[in-house]
Amino acid sequence: MKFSIYRYDPDQDDKPYMRDYVLDDARIEPGMMLLDALLLLKAQDETLSFRRSCGEGVCGSDGMNINGRNGLACVTPLKNLAQPVKLRPLPGLPVIRDLVVDLAQFYSQYRAARPWLINDEPCPEVERLQTPAERERLDGLYECILCACCSTACPSFWWNPDKFLGPAALLQSWRFLADSRDRATEERLDGLEGPFRLFRCHTIMNCVDVCPKGLNPTRAIGHIKELMVKRSL
Amino acid sequence: MTLARRRFDTLIIGAGGGGLRAALQLAQADARVAVVSKVFPTRSHTVAAQGGVNAALANVLPDNWHWHMFDTVKGSDYLGDQDAIEYMCRAAPRVVYELEHFGVPFSRLESGRIYQRAFGGQSRDFGGEQAVRTCAAADRTGHAILHSLYQQNIRARTHFFDEYFAIDLVKDDEGYFLGALAVDIASGEPLLIEAKTTILATGGAGQLFRTNTNALINTGDGMAMALRAGIPLQDMEFFQFHPTGIAGKGMLITEGARGEGGYLVNADGERFMERYAPNARDLASRDVVSRAIATEVREGRGVGPNRDHVLLKLDHLGADIVRKRLPGIRDMALTFLHIDPAETPIPVYPTAHYTMGGIPTDRHGQVVVPVAQGAEEPVPGLYAVGECACVSVHGANRLGGNSLLDILVFGRAAANHVIAQLGEQRYHRQMPERAAEPALARLARWERPGQGESVGALRDELARVMEDHCGVFRNEDVLREGLDKVRTLRERLQRAGIDDHSRVFNTARMEALELENLMDIAVATVTSALARTESRGAHSRIDYPERDDQRWLRHSLYNGADGSMDYKPVRMKPLTVETFPPKPRTY
Ligand SMILES: Cc1cc2nc3c(=O)[nH]c(=O)nc-3n(C[C@H](O)[C@H](O)[C@H](O)COP(=O)(O)OP(=O)(O)OC[C@H]3O[C@@H](n4cnc5c(N)ncnc54)[C@H](O)[C@@H]3O)c2cc1C
Ligand code: SF4
Ligand code: SF4
Ligand code: FES
Repeated sequence: MKFSIYRYDPDQDDKPYMRDYVLDDARIEPGMMLLDALLLLKAQDETLSFRRSCGEGVCGSDGMNINGRNGLACVTPLKNLAQPVKLRPLPGLPVIRDLVVDLAQFYSQYRAARPWLINDEPCPEVERLQTPAERERLDGLYECILCACCSTACPSFWWNPDKFLGPAALLQSWRFLADSRDRATEERLDGLEGPFRLFRCHTIMNCVDVCPKGLNPTRAIGHIKELMVKRSL
Repeated sequence: MTLARRRFDTLIIGAGGGGLRAALQLAQADARVAVVSKVFPTRSHTVAAQGGVNAALANVLPDNWHWHMFDTVKGSDYLGDQDAIEYMCRAAPRVVYELEHFGVPFSRLESGRIYQRAFGGQSRDFGGEQAVRTCAAADRTGHAILHSLYQQNIRARTHFFDEYFAIDLVKDDEGYFLGALAVDIASGEPLLIEAKTTILATGGAGQLFRTNTNALINTGDGMAMALRAGIPLQDMEFFQFHPTGIAGKGMLITEGARGEGGYLVNADGERFMERYAPNARDLASRDVVSRAIATEVREGRGVGPNRDHVLLKLDHLGADIVRKRLPGIRDMALTFLHIDPAETPIPVYPTAHYTMGGIPTDRHGQVVVPVAQGAEEPVPGLYAVGECACVSVHGANRLGGNSLLDILVFGRAAANHVIAQLGEQRYHRQMPERAAEPALARLARWERPGQGESVGALRDELARVMEDHCGVFRNEDVLREGLDKVRTLRERLQRAGIDDHSRVFNTARMEALELENLMDIAVATVTSALARTESRGAHSRIDYPERDDQRWLRHSLYNGADGSMDYKPVRMKPLTVETFPPKPRTY
């Protein structure tokens, strides 16, 4: 099987280049994922660098651009991929080395969304109550693994990474706005005012398309916009 | 070139649930706390925990901490320390309520209270009917907890060193721990972090075994660091094999799947657990279920072309329960097996899962070592919590749902103890000029040009040797041969080299350092297993099939310096209640 992989080591290379790799077909087993192949290629060439950890799509480490589309290597089956498989780092972010990008910007947007429960009422001795229906509103929101596949596929994020929060962070905004236990709706909405932080989303839907967890940031953004409109009336 | 230095009150190595719970407690008490993690915090392995966390909330059925304590002692095959177990089970409800207040999106019951499900080894009334004690956020409890803890830590302004790899602990000549040397993975620059106290929270060592449920980063780094610093490792022979890893692949299918009503069948379609555990059946303790599966397969009743696994049936539960209560499992089966468990049973086999042994601590998380002939004493400046530690609440076999509890309870307890200590210790101790040199040398060793064998090949060989020689069933000959092999592998690694000498994000060097750690843990594990000539919990010796309380109701201690074994008594006396004396263990 053939691969073409983006390589760049600022310590040695003047500029990035694509390098070809061949993986012996005899080593490919049915059901193999792209991450398995990358690990085998790394055994051939130790200098190939990428992040990985859980191997099952829950830690969000191995987001990369696979044949032009963002995804997680560990849950991308090899057999569906056109050859040579072109692997590039997630687009729009500075590259640290090879397939490893600098996510500082992405994390700072996440923090800017204030992704924590705010409720200053005295805590009860036991749990706060929440009905199953209230809890169900968090499904499709809390499962985000911060893999950055969505934000780095979003044109608005590419052009305004410092001002537009991006789909992953906005999904988190809505996750807390939607939580019956949270008391900071007004503050949260205040924080999203202005032409950029929220409203730069033009509903292009790339984010929904690529999310490996099947989450829908566009819908979450839509809900926030509705709340904003309601509040302004 | 001078070595960069930073100073904090407390250094926490590890940003899983254990490290983050400790960090939050410290940050809320206004201590200056730094958390070092080799991956971004939410990528730590706690994120993969599925089924839930145990606490006797009694939201579904009557329950209390004392029953939970009984189950944990029995589950540990009486090797758990009963003072620590009492402490943990009493603290459990409070710790879970706190999590809820931090924002963890637990699933809910109609009453609005936290959803709880049945898990293995749980009973009411000291060994009676099945209890329902495991608090869950669908089957993504670890994700829900880890993300909420991280979020609360950013709110509390904990200082994070993300993607820093800790090389070794640093101590002075009097044996005080003064911090650690870490390397910034992105730049390759070393950094010496000085701290009045250091807490190890580096997780388990599942990568010892070829098929395992663990993340690739679970390489036992903290345990190996402790060994190199002269701390023995406790009870390393007890490695948990989870009954239901996806056969041949290793991804975990939570015990919660059986808690929701799933059960195991062999090639004859027989629900075989009825023969091994007539009462608890599929919800017997993990060691019992894993041995049963291995026995079915050995006796020719395995499923599949190679008769090498059994099946976990969930299809009778209905698509609704599977989607609602086990969505992550369903996704995983669809992704990796192309089957929907609501329709087709899942092929499973026992898979290396959890490191019961680890760095010996007391119930405040203080690392303790034996002193000459006398009682053990805390090591100044060093704590350990979570899977890398051995408190010991799990003894010879951990109950499902008790690890998340362990990391939270003892992460919090250790932090509280540190806070009290910090009040008395206003200043950092002097860091001797050369204290970091051994750690720097360990890092520099991998700058030598690569000629010898490859690190990757040695890692694969180690994992195979461990699987073949230290698996579910063990005996003297196989272990002895295994010990020779792992020792030889460890020597071969000393001559190995790597091809990557870049400073920037050098993963080859990191993997080499991780393998060094794994090698030390492997030798500790096999040595301890060879020495213990009885069967207890997860340690099953075919040549010594019985538990032997006369000789072996004691903890093992493996010394890294000379590879020798030492032992210490089990703490049989709880804090306030009566001892649960050892009894034959049936389910
Ligand atoms: C698939 C799976 C499912 C599970 N499900 C459950 C469950 O339902 N209930 C339950 O109770 N238990 C469960 N467990 C067990 C439980 O999840 C773990 O035991 C627990 O999360 C360990 O937490 P920890 O904080 O000790 O370590 P981890 O979460 O493993 O974190 C270790 C941290 O240490 C850091 N680290 C390690 N080495 C270094 C180094 N050299 N330098 C810098 N940083 C380092 C890592 O980056 C990481 O941040 C499960 C385990 C697995 C594998
Ligand atoms: S829908 Fe909005 S957030 Fe998603 S990709 Fe398009 S512009 Fe970005
Ligand atoms: S929303 Fe989806 S794609 Fe975006 S960071 Fe979260 S999990 Fe990844
Ligand atoms: S390795 Fe964890 S998501 Fe792929």
